[in-house]
Amino acid sequence: MPDTAQSSHAVWHVLTARRGQGKLHWTDIFTYLYLGFGLFLMFAPVVWLVLSSFKTPAGLQEFPPTLLPLGQVSVAVEGHAEPLLLFDVTMEDGSVRQLAQIRRVGITAQMIDPANPEERLQVPIATREPVREFRMALENYRDPLERFNFMRYLWNTVVVTFAATLVTLLINSMAAYGLSIYEFRGRNAIMLFVIGTLMIPITVILVPVYLVVTNLGMINSLWAVILPGAATPTGVFLLRQYMLTIPRDLIEAARMDKASEWQIYWRVVMPLAMPAVAVLAIFSIMWRWNEFLWPLIVLNRSEVYTLQVGLNSFQGELDVQWHYILAMTVVTLIPVVIVFGFLQRFITTGIASSGMK
Amino acid sequence: MARVYDKPQTTGEALTHVAATPVRVLFRLLDYPMSAIQRLLGIGGMPWLFLLPNLVFFGMFVVIPLFLNFAYSLTGGTALFLSDRPFVEGEQYGFLFDCENYADPLSCREDRFWKGIFNTAIFIFFQVSFMVLFSLITALVLNREIRGRGFWRAVFFFPVLLSPVVVALIWKWILLRDGILNAFLVSIGLERILFFVSPDWAMFWAVFVSIWAHMGFYMLILLAGLQAIQPDLYEAAEMDGTSKERVFFRITLPLLWPNMLVVIVLALIKGVQVFDEVYVLTGGGPGTATQFIVQYIYNTAFTNQVQNFGLASAASMVLGGVLFVLTLTQLAATRRRDNA
Amino acid sequence: MKTSYKLLAASSLFALAAGSAAAQTELRMMWYNDGIEGEVMQSLLDGFHQAHPDINVTLDVVPYQMVLESLPIQLAAGNGPDIARVTDLGGLSQYYLDLRPHVQNPEYWETNFGPFLSWLDPDGDAINGFMTQLTVTGPYVNRTLFEQAGIDMPGAGATWDDWATAVNAVAKALDIPIPMAWDRSGHRVAGPAISQGAMMFDAEGAPALVDDGLKRMAQMLYDWHQDGTMSKELWGSVSGSTYLGANEDFANANVVMYMSGSWQIPQFTSTIGDAFDWWAVPAPCGASACTGMPGGAALVAIGDTEHPKEVGILMDYLAQEEVLAEFYGRTLFIPGHLGLASSGIDFATDDPRAAHALSTFAAAVPTISPTAFQLQGYPSNRVLFNALISRLNEAIVGELTLEDAFARMEEDVANQLAESGR
Repeated sequence: MPDTAQSSHAVWHVLTARRGQGKLHWTDIFTYLYLGFGLFLMFAPVVWLVLSSFKTPAGLQEFPPTLLPLGQVSVAVEGHAEPLLLFDVTMEDGSVRQLAQIRRVGITAQMIDPANPEERLQVPIATREPVREFRMALENYRDPLERFNFMRYLWNTVVVTFAATLVTLLINSMAAYGLSIYEFRGRNAIMLFVIGTLMIPITVILVPVYLVVTNLGMINSLWAVILPGAATPTGVFLLRQYMLTIPRDLIEAARMDKASEWQIYWRVVMPLAMPAVAVLAIFSIMWRWNEFLWPLIVLNRSEVYTLQVGLNSFQGELDVQWHYILAMTVVTLIPVVIVFGFLQRFITTGIASSGMK
Repeated sequence: MARVYDKPQTTGEALTHVAATPVRVLFRLLDYPMSAIQRLLGIGGMPWLFLLPNLVFFGMFVVIPLFLNFAYSLTGGTALFLSDRPFVEGEQYGFLFDCENYADPLSCREDRFWKGIFNTAIFIFFQVSFMVLFSLITALVLNREIRGRGFWRAVFFFPVLLSPVVVALIWKWILLRDGILNAFLVSIGLERILFFVSPDWAMFWAVFVSIWAHMGFYMLILLAGLQAIQPDLYEAAEMDGTSKERVFFRITLPLLWPNMLVVIVLALIKGVQVFDEVYVLTGGGPGTATQFIVQYIYNTAFTNQVQNFGLASAASMVLGGVLFVLTLTQLAATRRRDNA
Repeated sequence: MKTSYKLLAASSLFALAAGSAAAQTELRMMWYNDGIEGEVMQSLLDGFHQAHPDINVTLDVVPYQMVLESLPIQLAAGNGPDIARVTDLGGLSQYYLDLRPHVQNPEYWETNFGPFLSWLDPDGDAINGFMTQLTVTGPYVNRTLFEQAGIDMPGAGATWDDWATAVNAVAKALDIPIPMAWDRSGHRVAGPAISQGAMMFDAEGAPALVDDGLKRMAQMLYDWHQDGTMSKELWGSVSGSTYLGANEDFANANVVMYMSGSWQIPQFTSTIGDAFDWWAVPAPCGASACTGMPGGAALVAIGDTEHPKEVGILMDYLAQEEVLAEFYGRTLFIPGHLGLASSGIDFATDDPRAAHALSTFAAAVPTISPTAFQLQGYPSNRVLFNALISRLNEAIVGELTLEDAFARMEEDVANQLAESGR
């Protein structure tokens, strides 16, 4: 089977090649095809989210869905106080006319020609198609922003995300430093505990954590959202794995220079661990920005709501106001995208310059 | 130590430099008290000092709750406070393990617990392997000399920013009976597929969507590892006429291994914890085909009218025990290649 | 954390600016929204604040999930609000405040909210609150599709089987994908089950979910999923007690008959409007009755409040006939106030379909079977509902046989009631 052998070789070529070969080989085309498909697969759903957020509730429920948000065109017709909705009607002879609808009775519609208001026609409703144009339902954005204290939710979320990420980075990196640089009695026991709790999702111990938080009197304060998730085993594990790769000679050299342990931590080890810290920072920001179940239990006053709680307050028992949820989702994405646009540059240059190993 | 004070070279680094200044000042302010403590405790006490803040939080919000959780698992009833709950010894565990045949969830009294465990195991197997595979392929592709690498990196990373609920909603709309995907299938002459009515499709999309949403993150970790591999290694191999496959298996993969390990562990953690994404996407259905263990625990403790904290805690203790053993085995198995 | 201090300072400044020097009482009302009712309530609260400037009421609009899942825990821990809009009417009874000493005229409450007060307090005669909305389950049909197919709608007294035949004919004539859809909800299924003769309780009043009537209904539903009368997309997907509605498919004219309830009216008015005639019809009949299920949400006072007197004043204000008339009228909710129910509400809609639906559902209230009322008033009814739909669902997708599903239902109910009785 020479064919398969050859193509598998070609695939390896794509997967392993690092330098361009000067001229355009077909594996380069494969790379760009992969990238193009990736672009479509990754972005199209999100573009669709943004487009959908501009649709009216009726437009959102429409199947098959239209790509762009559309609204039906209405025209003012002489003799009618309200503007009438415009339809394309297929007449019996097969011609298509644009008519405005006066009213619908059962399966027939009374239509009128806007150009010739004298003439009234009865047409079966199956023969008419609404005339539509591109129209964005900006009220999806305007209403919630006016009616809800959106800026307050945003502010709360920013406070929570920042404070929690700072606390997480600080205490996790200190712990990782302690666990990776020193040999001491009890280290293995602590590592075992960190690893053991690594996989336990907070979802399954919500009730006991709630009791602890209640006893600390933190219910309905932002601290209740900031502190419980701060000592992440994932963070300690991630940073420790990374710090283990830092050469011991550097630390010994610093000790020779009479640097204190604290100075070694923040002047030597932390700068070298920056890539891992950045990874944890992204993780932490994403966790906190999108956290929903925990805030839902500890926060029930609107002045301390985070965005996710505020956003989901459009979810009712029997009906969900999707148009608001989508619009507000897009709004909550904007700050993250901006922050990421900045962070991503830094992370990748940081990783590239210091090297992940 | 000199490199820390190097002049920042790019705008990114310059901005970081500015942003990090308050942190640096804080650290410097702590220099003196920390040195004093070090003189007091000696170097042997320092690790504990570094561990202290994390241990305090960890103790308060993880260790104590875990013990409380264990206590809950030995009680019954619906009261919230432990003191109001009747002690029932191991009854909750007995209830969970009351099976005629452990390989058949339907023979168990609490069939949903076992279905949850089976489903989670299947999900993790596929999700983690394909996650690693696709993030590796993507990282390798992005590691080639391509134009606008920063843009492409952002493209693949972007979904990581979305909340799980939003991710699930977007895909749900795409996959519904009259969604875009079915519209496409019909337009090329195929039959529509009711994805959420078929157990296999539902599991497939649960895995797919979760890879779609998180792959970018793992890809970034692997890409960082690939970029750190010295180019001269490749050049030397090329001069020796080593085949591409050999280069990949003998140079790229071994040097990438620490990053791979991180990816595998993180993907496993996320896999076990999977809940809201799939819950919104498939609702655990059809039937119980995509109902995972965390969803079972959550439903038992919260969604049911009788909020059964005792049973939920027992189930989470069992889950915790299984995970603990799994994690240790996995770490032990990978240890010989890990430089820890 | 400098930022948090700033936040604190800002909020206290805000409080200073908003409050006057007089002693202010701050009340918190937890509320969830299906539609515009939160806005309407806010405007009523504004009116209240003008009448009682010394009482501030903050409306905390929360996700419904919080009301259902977090609120019981918050209440148990003493962290709840002063007033809340709840749907687990009898289940949370132990946390409610008896308003009897705090309202001006308990008789007004008893006359107008009588039957619903016992939903809130099944074992006593406390006054805990009032219904923000009464709901009645029942089907809507797409009457325009019937006209297009040239098929007559079954008339009064038609059975579920008659309707199934009719909607299948319509769907076949017009190539409609889903002839019939039912909300995936135990509450929705209970009406038809009772119509088929399900008693729900034994002679002593203890819950007995599975009986011949329920089996008839389950078999009917099961068969409809096999023969294509119903699509598996609702009952075949998702798991457990998850609620799923077919409102979107109905609004897109993909469904001929949709079993849901009165709460869809405001939504259909905006999403369907004039596109076709969505028509509420009386509950179809089974072997023993033609009934829907009553239900709804109530605004209740919480026992842990530090200001019972002010809560009483607020509840008195909101429960006044004029205030409630405005609330129900603007929200298009079926009134849970007997006086208003008999005198009629001036609903704020000029949609003839909405008006017809409102009157159909209002007229259905007196025809509701006593068993349905008993079930709705039973504090642990969600245990029955959840067991019913989750197991029936597993049977419909083929994981269990119907017989196994019945056995599992009974076991689920017994296990959960035993746990709550410990």
